[in-house]
Amino acid sequence: MSTLSEQILGGCAGEYVDRAVDRAYVHDGTGVLTLEAWKSIGADRLADASRLYVLFDHIVPANNSTTATLQHELRDFACSSFLNFSDVGGGICHQLMSEGVVRPGEVVVGADSHTCTLGAFGAFATGVGATDMAAIWLTGETWFRVPETIGVHLSGSLQGAAEAKDIALTYVGKLGTDGASYKALEFVGDGAGTLSMDDRLVLCNMAVETGAKAGMFYADSVTVRYLAERDIVVAKQEVEPLTRPGDLEIDLSDIVPVVSVPHRVDTIKTVRDLTGLPLDQVFVGTCTNGRYSDLERFARIVKGKKVAVRTIIVPASRETLARAIRTGVLATLVESGCTIGTPGCGPCLGSHMGVLGEGEVCLSTANRNFRNRMGVGGEIYLSSVATAAASALVGEITEPEVA
Amino acid sequence: MIGEGPGVCLGPDIDTDVVIAGRYLRTKDRSVWAEHVFEDFDPNLARRLKGSVIVAGKNFGCGSSREQAAIAIREAGVIAVVAPSFARIFFRNAINIGLPLIECDLPCVEGKNVRFDIRAGWVKAAGKRCTIQPLSPRMQEILSAGGLVEYWRKHG
Repeated sequence: MSTLSEQILGGCAGEYVDRAVDRAYVHDGTGVLTLEAWKSIGADRLADASRLYVLFDHIVPANNSTTATLQHELRDFACSSFLNFSDVGGGICHQLMSEGVVRPGEVVVGADSHTCTLGAFGAFATGVGATDMAAIWLTGETWFRVPETIGVHLSGSLQGAAEAKDIALTYVGKLGTDGASYKALEFVGDGAGTLSMDDRLVLCNMAVETGAKAGMFYADSVTVRYLAERDIVVAKQEVEPLTRPGDLEIDLSDIVPVVSVPHRVDTIKTVRDLTGLPLDQVFVGTCTNGRYSDLERFARIVKGKKVAVRTIIVPASRETLARAIRTGVLATLVESGCTIGTPGCGPCLGSHMGVLGEGEVCLSTANRNFRNRMGVGGEIYLSSVATAAASALVGEITEPEVA
Repeated sequence: MIGEGPGVCLGPDIDTDVVIAGRYLRTKDRSVWAEHVFEDFDPNLARRLKGSVIVAGKNFGCGSSREQAAIAIREAGVIAVVAPSFARIFFRNAINIGLPLIECDLPCVEGKNVRFDIRAGWVKAAGKRCTIQPLSPRMQEILSAGGLVEYWRKHG
């Protein structure tokens, strides 16, 4: 009996192992330091470039000359060294890796904390910093401590207006910001099978907000079908149902719309308790909730109406944006008064666009509400897409209606 | 690795946005990070850090993978960070850039000296001696080399 992390990393919990990395990626933020560290090593060699990715998403397009120059250098290197490269407007690194790249059983390392998103495919995916990544560029491998695992046993199915984000915020609230430090979360049980790939990406994305190294689903028929639509044939993974002390049980039918309040992700209140809280901005996007299904759900709620507060929508990728154009979702969003940003991270980390002013309040579908993250003196509440849409129409935190 | 410096006390769950804000990340000039380290927590803290030992609460360095957080602390002159636990990416980053981290639940008195000997495995402050959780052999090698870049310069 072993956990998914143990199966993929090939060791027992607590052991240190050296493992080849199947896919390693950086973005425009961490890539600059990675390149600098790689050059500092004095390396003239690069591991298999076909496994290395440089994906611009953090400040896209560049906001000033300094950023542009840093991006120029990294872009030149990526292209001349034949790394897989996605320029401004391609989309968020984690999203691009989820659009038919990462496969079950792979070891995936990204120079971004939300790399854990890709565990949704039954891969072992975790974040590292720039210097670790430079060593991976050099050798194609890195060391891991095989993590202990917390099982998150899901039963039932979502009801009413609750969505995957509400499950994610609920489990972060239960575990706390370091409740799963150094550990992996495995989402198992009958309830897991009811969740779409997009839902699973949301749950895995927020694993790091509990300190976890990885958040993982076993590949099942949902995974197989999702990848088959992208012409990738994979097999299901055998679930080894383990129960350990400290495991979490969540009945999905108990989940209600919730909000994470400033300035900690693990401080959760129900939307009902916060109803009427005035908003200055609504932001829909990010590696948590910027996918096509999110834009489509938002559009369905605001269709034919006008948002009452400035609302910024940033598609997670070009594929997301193109589909939203084709289906008319984008037109609905624009006609309802929303502003659309370039595919990428958008205002999530407060480094270029959609920054909050002193005292402003934002309801965001992102994953972090740390103090000053979106702008000095701004306050961030985190919610689902449905809550964001209902709230945008009123200009206050508002409970979403049951579809 | 032996050191001694005045303790600077910080609370629990210090995230990397607090260590260095996103608005300062886009540069390669490390002095910018040192200048603005902990700015949103306490704008006067950066100038008090030279030669100090940060003694923080649990889960230090949670949040983003930005290595600038660890670099900013080191560049500001901090000689080590003591905390009961660290977020894992920050932990790897700090060791990789040669910033010693000490896992220990130590009482902190602002300005009182903290002494440590990482090889011998202890840290002392405010009359309390604490045995340090040893690093893995690989991490010890990386830290002894002065960081991962220096490690690979030797082994690459």
